[in-house]
Amino acid sequence: MTPEPSGAAQPGSAADVIKAIPLRRPGRWIAAFVILVLVVLFIYGAATNANFQWSTYRSYLFDRRITKGVWATLQLTFLAMALGVVLGVALAVMRLSANPVLKSVAWAYLWVFRGTPVYVQLVFWGLFSSIYPHLSLGIPFAHQFAHFDIQSLQAFFFFAALGLGLNEAAYMAEIVRAGISSVGEGQSEAATALGMSWPLTMRRVVLPQAMRVIIPPTGNELISMLKTTSLVIAVPFTGDLYSQARQISGANFRPVPLLMVASTWYLAITSVLMVGQYFLEKHYAKGSSRTMTARQLRVLAKAIGNPDRGGDGA
Amino acid sequence: MTANLSKSIEPMVRANGVHKNFGALTVLKGIDLTVQRGEVMCLVGPSGSGKTTFLRCINHLERVNAGRLYVDGVLVGYEERGNKLHELHPREAAKQRRDIGMVFQHFNLFPHMTALENITEAPIRVKKQPKDKAVANAKRLLDQVGLGEKAKAYPAQLSGGQQQRIAIARALAMDPKLMLFDEPTSALDPELVGEVLDVMKELARGGMTMVVVTHEMGFAREVADQLVFMDDGAVVEMGAPPDVLNSPRELRTKAFLSKVL
Repeated sequence: MTPEPSGAAQPGSAADVIKAIPLRRPGRWIAAFVILVLVVLFIYGAATNANFQWSTYRSYLFDRRITKGVWATLQLTFLAMALGVVLGVALAVMRLSANPVLKSVAWAYLWVFRGTPVYVQLVFWGLFSSIYPHLSLGIPFAHQFAHFDIQSLQAFFFFAALGLGLNEAAYMAEIVRAGISSVGEGQSEAATALGMSWPLTMRRVVLPQAMRVIIPPTGNELISMLKTTSLVIAVPFTGDLYSQARQISGANFRPVPLLMVASTWYLAITSVLMVGQYFLEKHYAKGSSRTMTARQLRVLAKAIGNPDRGGDGA
Repeated sequence: MTANLSKSIEPMVRANGVHKNFGALTVLKGIDLTVQRGEVMCLVGPSGSGKTTFLRCINHLERVNAGRLYVDGVLVGYEERGNKLHELHPREAAKQRRDIGMVFQHFNLFPHMTALENITEAPIRVKKQPKDKAVANAKRLLDQVGLGEKAKAYPAQLSGGQQQRIAIARALAMDPKLMLFDEPTSALDPELVGEVLDVMKELARGGMTMVVVTHEMGFAREVADQLVFMDDGAVVEMGAPPDVLNSPRELRTKAFLSKVL
């Protein structure tokens, strides 16, 4: 057949489209069936086991103390994580800087905060007011402008968030550093050659590319932080989800359903966070693949005059 | 007054005894050369001869250890006060690089930005150009390098030749007075070399001052005003391309040319 320059694709060319019979995969079907049977058995067992006390579970799932605990846990998670990310980026940049003072400060910070258990750190933050009962703001050994009485400040929530955040910063710093190191040297060189300053190069060229490496482990850290908040009893802060569940079960002597209540909430929040992570990863994958999006393909097809719709007035 | 006068007659690049060493390794052993305004200079030589290092010294990506290097009459990377040299503040060094365009062997386009964003990034962020003006200018440059329809493509979706042409447009967007090319076609498939060289020839015809590290002897012969042969960190021979290519005086030049021609 002779190709007409103005002609659209012939419907007859559809004969060339391959319609192969898909490969059979019996192994998958067998595995799926076995797993399904096991899951059904487990659910049946759990539903009929009186020890789970499902009626107690249902009555406490949306209990006011529990929902307040969920709120406190969420606040702790996001405050600590925000502090961890901001301080972590700063520490990572310090570790990679040419300044030997900044470098050693960052190294020492990581050494201390990664080298001690977070539980122990939280206990220390709880004892902060007895170690430093008074804080003064001013010129050392000379004039003090302000004076804080730490002991009178019952700020366990504050210390819990601070303790978790400072610990998290040490781990975030390493994640960010790995991300920055993953961006090729040529990138910052090209930016430098264009006359971009170092901070501008970091912000516009290096960090956006590092994000692709930084986001997945950070999502991991966020989910991990959600669960680490259950340690804040060490401070002692007792407003979080796990402490609330423990307090209720301490009174009604039914730990199993209340642990199930707490687990349900932790799982629910984690699921929401995972959805958020998916969209963040998609955003920062921009330009990383030569595969075009459906929109780009449409634009391209239009540009080269694809015979999608007949008679193009070119 | 005298400064202005001397500036206008200054060559675009003047190197006096430029030395560069990395630790114990000396890479440049006293380079003396000048590039006049509107001139195209091609640097050729075996790999490891210091061509790329010299090119990187011109926009202070590498620090010169001895000698003096001037661009447009201004000392690169240092400031002479009294008879002492002071290291330049990074802010001042960045200012010097602004009007020196550089094109890299591996393109180094920003992969998270579209072709258009790659070109407008520095004019908007560094030169503080209004966005619409930068975009209009970028579109004109894309047309100039023959890629007007690729404005919205990401680098990963372009061929090597197309990427390098975008990289040239990105450097031109800063309106440079000098363009440096570091083996711009060495990473390309043979059939893509021509399209990049064509853009560079066009640029040379337009009067752009260019320093080009290259292995493309055909391009050097056709476009260069001066051909410099470097070996082992020193200039072995330089002159008009036909002279150097057809009747080299030095043994090392002859040996090199017999391998590449």
